[in-house]
Amino acid sequence: MFNAVFLAQSGLSTRAQKSRWPARLDLLQGGTGLLLALFMWGHMFFVASILLGKEVLWTVARFFEGYFFFGKSYPWLVSLVVGGVAFLLATHALLALRKFPGSYQQWKTIRAHAKAMRHADTTLWLWQVATGFLLFFLASAHLYQMFVWPQNIGPYASADRVWSDGLWPFYLTLLFAVELHGGIGLYRLARKWGWPNASRAVLRRLKWGLTLFFLVLGLLTLAAYMKIGFEHRAQYGERYTPAQVMMSGEDHGRDTEAAQ
Amino acid sequence: MNAKTNARRRITLTILRHNPQDANSKPRLQRYALEEAEGMTLFIALNEIREHQDASLQFDFVCRAGICGSCAMMVNGRPRLACRTLTRDLPAETTLAPLPFFALIGDLSVDTGKWMRGMSERLETWLHAREREADLSRIEERMSPDLAEAIYALDRCVECGCCVAACGTAQMRQDFVGAVGFGKIARFRLDPRDRRDDAAFYELIGDDSGVFGCMSLLACHDVCPKSLPLETQIAFLRRKMAFLSAA
Repeated sequence: MFNAVFLAQSGLSTRAQKSRWPARLDLLQGGTGLLLALFMWGHMFFVASILLGKEVLWTVARFFEGYFFFGKSYPWLVSLVVGGVAFLLATHALLALRKFPGSYQQWKTIRAHAKAMRHADTTLWLWQVATGFLLFFLASAHLYQMFVWPQNIGPYASADRVWSDGLWPFYLTLLFAVELHGGIGLYRLARKWGWPNASRAVLRRLKWGLTLFFLVLGLLTLAAYMKIGFEHRAQYGERYTPAQVMMSGEDHGRDTEAAQ
Repeated sequence: MNAKTNARRRITLTILRHNPQDANSKPRLQRYALEEAEGMTLFIALNEIREHQDASLQFDFVCRAGICGSCAMMVNGRPRLACRTLTRDLPAETTLAPLPFFALIGDLSVDTGKWMRGMSERLETWLHAREREADLSRIEERMSPDLAEAIYALDRCVECGCCVAACGTAQMRQDFVGAVGFGKIARFRLDPRDRRDDAAFYELIGDDSGVFGCMSLLACHDVCPKSLPLETQIAFLRRKMAFLSAA
């Protein structure tokens, strides 16, 4: 084992061939990015279900807690998914760090280069770096919150968090960082690997179209939570229970417990 | 034709000047004003300046026709060949600077040759023939016209250095292979006379200073004066090298 350590320290290798790890790391960086971006799109649709009504969001939230499978809510199921996403995020961040400007000199060089070149794909990369850096903190904070308090996802619980807990500026920044980073990332991934085989102009239009769509959806969703949170501020902490569930009096998981 | 259309435009070239051989030289911007002529290229404008205004101005050229790749320079922040750039396509105020990344000889003249040679030696961009000794008495093997065309298309690279000067990755990481190198690997990969397989090419470009270091900023593709399909070639090499490792 010590031999391996000394070899690594000296930068030498007993292998006659180049390591295959740079290839694997490159695939892994792209793969984790792809999964995270696709997850974010799905996530946005689930969160945006509030636009269709409180009951729809309540149903979506209970669905992921297994309520409709087990007849009871298990919020730790959400924590499990959050844990998986956090692992993907950490892996992606670690691998993407390799591409960050590693010194002030490198940062100054790429900034000046992008400014002088006036080249869209070069400038977009700087945006990807900036939003990626923001996501180290914002995404981690959000994931931590969801991991520890998975039971606080619901029409009132989420709206109270957004409004009464004052987190709407956090979500607003997170929204822009995620949508820009994911959109640019997917576009770059496609160009990097040469698939889909569409022209750059077409892919770029598609990218901006999708980014715009998810930004508008995100803003509408955030506005909806802010409105509900504002109207619900006097009953802060109360949980939402759909009318028919209340009337039936059946056990529908921890939402009633929380409300009691 | 009225007098207005005949009136010649005055253009100003602001040139970054510096002589690294002179210890007292400090980089400075110098302005030259001149009258635009019909069909004037930047190359002609620079010769005009050197002939009539400033004999000390240094810049390179050989062929004047976009074949030798000597006259690449930063034109308003982007690399271009001076001989292929018409002044009428430029604004009245234009800034010229030497290509970054390469060793500066003086003013607009840089030593691309030294770097290109280093790249060539590093990537072994020459034919590694299947047979160690050529049999000159035998008729050469046939090659399909399509394949010959494809190889020729990549062989059109003039090693001007525009792709490397435009590459943000290369600006940050001096050991990056650069699009010119990938183009050459792609060319020899196509050539049936070359005995190297993908595993052999992996040894040359299979790391972060090679194809996996490319961040796909795509400026190489956009500035190539020979319009080489650099983006698709690099993506192709990336796939070949990445999935070679998975196999």
